[in-house]
Amino acid sequence: MSKVGTDLVKRGMAEMQKGGVIMDVVNAKRAKIAEAAGAVAVMALERVPSDIRKAGGVARMADPTIIEEVMKAVSIPVMAKCRIGHIVEARILEAMGVDYIDESEVLTPADDKFHVDKTKFTVPFVCGAKDLGEALRRIGEGASMIRTKGEPGTGNIIEAVTHQRMMQAQIRRVQGMSEDELYAEAKNIGAPLHLLKEVHDTGRLPVVNFAAGGVATPADAALMMELGSDGVFVGSGIFKSENPEKFARAIVQATTHYQDYELLAELSKNLGSAMEGIDIATLRAEERMATRGW
Amino acid sequence: MKIAVIAVQGAFREHIQALRQLGVDAVEARRASELENADGVVIPGGESTAIGKLMREYDMVEPIREMAEEGKPIFGTCAGMIVLAKRIEGEETVHLGLMDVMVNRNSFGRQRDSFEADLDIPVLGETAFPAVFIRAPHIAAVGDQVEVLARYQDRIVAVRQGNLLATSFHPELTGDLRLHQYFLNLSRESVAK
Repeated sequence: MSKVGTDLVKRGMAEMQKGGVIMDVVNAKRAKIAEAAGAVAVMALERVPSDIRKAGGVARMADPTIIEEVMKAVSIPVMAKCRIGHIVEARILEAMGVDYIDESEVLTPADDKFHVDKTKFTVPFVCGAKDLGEALRRIGEGASMIRTKGEPGTGNIIEAVTHQRMMQAQIRRVQGMSEDELYAEAKNIGAPLHLLKEVHDTGRLPVVNFAAGGVATPADAALMMELGSDGVFVGSGIFKSENPEKFARAIVQATTHYQDYELLAELSKNLGSAMEGIDIATLRAEERMATRGW
Repeated sequence: MKIAVIAVQGAFREHIQALRQLGVDAVEARRASELENADGVVIPGGESTAIGKLMREYDMVEPIREMAEEGKPIFGTCAGMIVLAKRIEGEETVHLGLMDVMVNRNSFGRQRDSFEADLDIPVLGETAFPAVFIRAPHIAAVGDQVEVLARYQDRIVAVRQGNLLATSFHPELTGDLRLHQYFLNLSRESVAK
């Protein structure tokens, strides 16, 4: 008897992505560039995050035509985003055969109280998190992969660094706690107790943990790996740069060889300009995507 | 005994853990120099296009082919199986091109069709093997030298050709060490020679 949609099957898919780069693409042509550069998956979108910022208004699930176009164009896995709490967008993406759903703060949330109950789906989900409590809440709801949120579409790595450092520091602290301290910590950070105990015992999240939100250069990608990420999402950083093919290839290699600094120097040469960045301090509170979700 | 696990991308950490549990010196290999003095190679699950590309760019293809010729064992799981194959259905690119098989990529479907199943692998004994198939390939055709170790619903999912071993599924994810042990036995045979 075979079983589909089990935790092992859903989390296992994310395990296969480790050490890799997942790139945002908006059409078949860009998807092929990403695949040729060595991306392990593509995220099919209508707009990359920096364009979502510029456009303003309500950002929703992409037109299925775009997602289908990308699915036909490449043999690597295709991910797509639904709005936080939008059960039906998620069901539509699952019905289309998307390989992974990102319940994403990059889109405008559909529900300010509840995230999608991801345990009910056969397709796996990735969700954003700023800290350990948020990550474990999402995993409790059935997320099979976590990505630290960063601040999407800014080309500024500081928030991604802050969130990954927070996550790693909290994991180390939980590891050192006695069992009776874990009950209080579960309450303090709003995490399901059984998942917190798992972190305590293993010293890591129960699922793969990628970095996202602000990666713009090969050195940024390597930095996130250095800080303990299992892999990297690059949104606007590739196709908003001067030479997308070069950036894509260099970021893939920098993620694999993140501690080979001479190589990183070579990879960083003559790339042309990276995407234009935004100082986080200039963003108004309502312009920050990382604070969406709970 | 030292086994190099290709660590350019994918589930290499799990393979290293499995091999270390069996008392082997398992090391990460991201470039040709890290393959030196290895008695065998493991190519993990991951994305075969990414793994193949990074292996080519960092000059690992020729050294691994030489090791295979010397009789050193090579073990590929899922993407690793695709990387080992001489032919990939519908594609012109091959990666290592060592094993006389034709693979069909993602032949079990997209991620929603990925599954777990208990698999009968006679060379490992009577107890079924817990197999997890993730966007898995299968083997559509095999050459004369290839021994079929397991099938699932009439599709070939595990094969051996002399010192080469390949599976469609991920023994690195399920904690059953018998396939890694089987691979190490191939290594011991090769070291003994």
